[in-house]
Amino acid sequence: MQALDDVRVLDLTHHIAGPYATRLLADLGADVIKVERPGGDVARLLPPFKGGLPHPERSGLFFYLNCNKRSAVLDLATGAGKAALEALARRSHIVVENFAPGTLDRLGIGVEFFRRINPALPVVSISNFGQTGPYRDYRLTELTLYGFAGEMYSMGLTEREPVKMAGTAALFESGAAAAVAIMGALWASKRFGIGQHVDVSLAETHFGGVDRRHATAIAYQFSGRKTIRAAGGGAGMPQGIYPCADGYVEFTNASLRPDRVDDMLGHPDWNQDPRFNDPVQRLDPYVIEEWNTYFLTWCLERTKREIWAEARRAKVLCGPLFTMEDLFEDEHFRGRGFWARIQHPELGEVEFPGRPFIMGKGGWELRRPAPLLGQHTREVLQEAGVDAATVEQVLAAGGMR
Amino acid sequence: MTPKPLDGVRVIDLCVVWAGPFATMLLGDLGAEVIKPENPFVFQPMTRGAMARPPQILLERSIAWSGGLPRNEVGPRPWNYNPTFVSLYRNKKSFTVDLRRPEGKDILRRLVAISDVVYENNAVGTLEKLGITEEWLREANPQVILVRVPAYGLTGPYNNARALGVHLEAVMGHTLLRGYDDADPSANTAIYSGDYMAGAQGAFAVMAALWYRDRTGEGQTIEIAQAENAAAMFTHAIMDYSLNRNVQSAIGNRDVHGRYPCGVYPTKSPGDATTMDDRWVAIHIENDEQWQRLVEAMGSPAWARDTRFATNEGRAEHFREIDAHIAEWTGKHEDYDLMHQLQARGIAAAPVLEASRMFDDPHLRARNFFRKQTVRDAGTHEYVGPLWQFEKTPVEFYQPPVCFGEHNEYVYRELLKVSDAEYEALKAAGHIAEEYDPSVP
Repeated sequence: MQALDDVRVLDLTHHIAGPYATRLLADLGADVIKVERPGGDVARLLPPFKGGLPHPERSGLFFYLNCNKRSAVLDLATGAGKAALEALARRSHIVVENFAPGTLDRLGIGVEFFRRINPALPVVSISNFGQTGPYRDYRLTELTLYGFAGEMYSMGLTEREPVKMAGTAALFESGAAAAVAIMGALWASKRFGIGQHVDVSLAETHFGGVDRRHATAIAYQFSGRKTIRAAGGGAGMPQGIYPCADGYVEFTNASLRPDRVDDMLGHPDWNQDPRFNDPVQRLDPYVIEEWNTYFLTWCLERTKREIWAEARRAKVLCGPLFTMEDLFEDEHFRGRGFWARIQHPELGEVEFPGRPFIMGKGGWELRRPAPLLGQHTREVLQEAGVDAATVEQVLAAGGMR
Repeated sequence: MTPKPLDGVRVIDLCVVWAGPFATMLLGDLGAEVIKPENPFVFQPMTRGAMARPPQILLERSIAWSGGLPRNEVGPRPWNYNPTFVSLYRNKKSFTVDLRRPEGKDILRRLVAISDVVYENNAVGTLEKLGITEEWLREANPQVILVRVPAYGLTGPYNNARALGVHLEAVMGHTLLRGYDDADPSANTAIYSGDYMAGAQGAFAVMAALWYRDRTGEGQTIEIAQAENAAAMFTHAIMDYSLNRNVQSAIGNRDVHGRYPCGVYPTKSPGDATTMDDRWVAIHIENDEQWQRLVEAMGSPAWARDTRFATNEGRAEHFREIDAHIAEWTGKHEDYDLMHQLQARGIAAAPVLEASRMFDDPHLRARNFFRKQTVRDAGTHEYVGPLWQFEKTPVEFYQPPVCFGEHNEYVYRELLKVSDAEYEALKAAGHIAEEYDPSVP
């Protein structure tokens, strides 16, 4: 038994944030029925592709986002498509969608449509800026999301442009936030029979989230201080990213526990200088700079793994900068069973990060790989009791299998 | 009062820094009663600040989110109004107890017996040293849901590693995958996106475990290895290596899906970056049609009509040249004007907002995003709002960022039914306090 295997999710999401949210439910057993438009989710055409060439069944991104789900292709502009959607909604516990605000209303399948079917059915809408407000119809992408609502302003070098995170990290964060909202809506429905519309604005999941933005905002309210864009390397003892024999290591200012840093370094004579151990002098930029010249030499004589081993032993905050090759080969993650494997008809055997977390009971299982486009259209419509004629109409309109 | 999804769920917050407190705050936002036991004799660094009683010079030398206290003064009780702390402790309660002493631990045992969830994200071994093990908790309450959030997991060679978000993200590849494409990785600023991921998914996991308990009557233990949990954010690079053995590297502000142009460009600014008065606009063109609309918005200059740039392939090949031209154009305009002008043409564009400017944003104002809260000794200020808007079970900020020991009376007398004599004895022994012991620096 899995924790959520009694939950059926009608998933009208595409791209990244929405599908990531519903994947988290699918991982715990929810029956997530992914409704795709004819032609499929746009993420099917986003890289990386196996072999590098675009193909709707070979996107590694789509694969990762949609494992454990079933795919049904519906043309929601047609009567048969709407009838099929209604049948699916009747036996669902929650609807999740991320169309541009107003899109579903225009198709006659907005919140009111689902409310008529079942007043206790929650609808979670994920959108760029929310369902209301002057920017409701504005576009948003990873770059502009992180730039506007995330912590980008403070990231990078003072004399250069602010810089974003890797890949689409911000959209994944928003997806995780949306998954919390989905569970909240499910609980309100289960306990109190409350059906409701939940408005998840990607921008607000970042304006209101951690990674300092929430704290820099209140720090400004408190003190009038703002947060400068600066790399922070060499600004503490130690602080920032340092080169070493075979790459880089990152440290966070260990000024509160200089004894641990001394232990990590093996108590060298140079670190016994009284200035390096005086709490006030340790805040002096010149003292910090001098200390860092010694420390840099220590780093350059060691590999990132050697440095991290010493830091772990001495309980110093440190992390080596791993490449993907380092990560895939790393014995810690291999040994813990972090990597999952499954056969996929187009990708062959795929290795990828498995469980998002480990539950003692009812947790993550890999039941099926990401679905082929429309792989389950017939199956899920028959389960929902859709009549044979409608099923055939849906399939003819681009429903595939 | 409207019911909240998690009304009646009690959570004990044994959390530190960000990843744990963020999770329990989200549970509090959804109606759970979150209670934080705090020790008057032990200061947890980076939770209620860097030190209980920081010297003034430390505030000045610290970054704003750590040292930006009200009026830039240490004040009487700095642990109650540290900017990072107040950002993570709305909708929670606080009581004090010294868990190192047997009578203190017994108080925790009694609270665990009437709670649903225990949430902790300490370095592995910290709770074990106090004798607060899974077995001990399970004995106090067999149905309890225990969530543990170690950096790299409870097992394996790195289980003892100390880490903040920035370190475990480095290990998962993030630091080599982000930042300028033409600079050394040391130009990267510290980042804590992994704390967001683990926090949100921790709240999600708790609600899933409650769902399981509702169906089976059984509690359980959840292990969120933060590094493993962060991996999803780097799917593009992980899957590229998995499928193609391709090792990706930093690409600056370019689009990981290869659509050009995608960048951050200077705009008219009231000052420069040294005073945080520099302004920038982020613009992302997603297809050829949008490119043509950008060309029109720029006034169709000769350089932009170059046929080489009509296709994404051509723009990808010449992106640095295009970026330089765009920067010349944006530099003559205000960042917000550029957003409205380009958005009217269906182009994703937005100012790169320095945090204080969000308070002036008309969209956030129209959505009533900010909430006023009053913290003792700090005053009344506007705080950022919740992550989502629920139509019928709205997120309310019913408890402002909690002061140290603010709910001692409630927890000891109302919840634990401690007698007057026992309360006085615990107070005399130093368990019950509203300030850190003078011995704590």
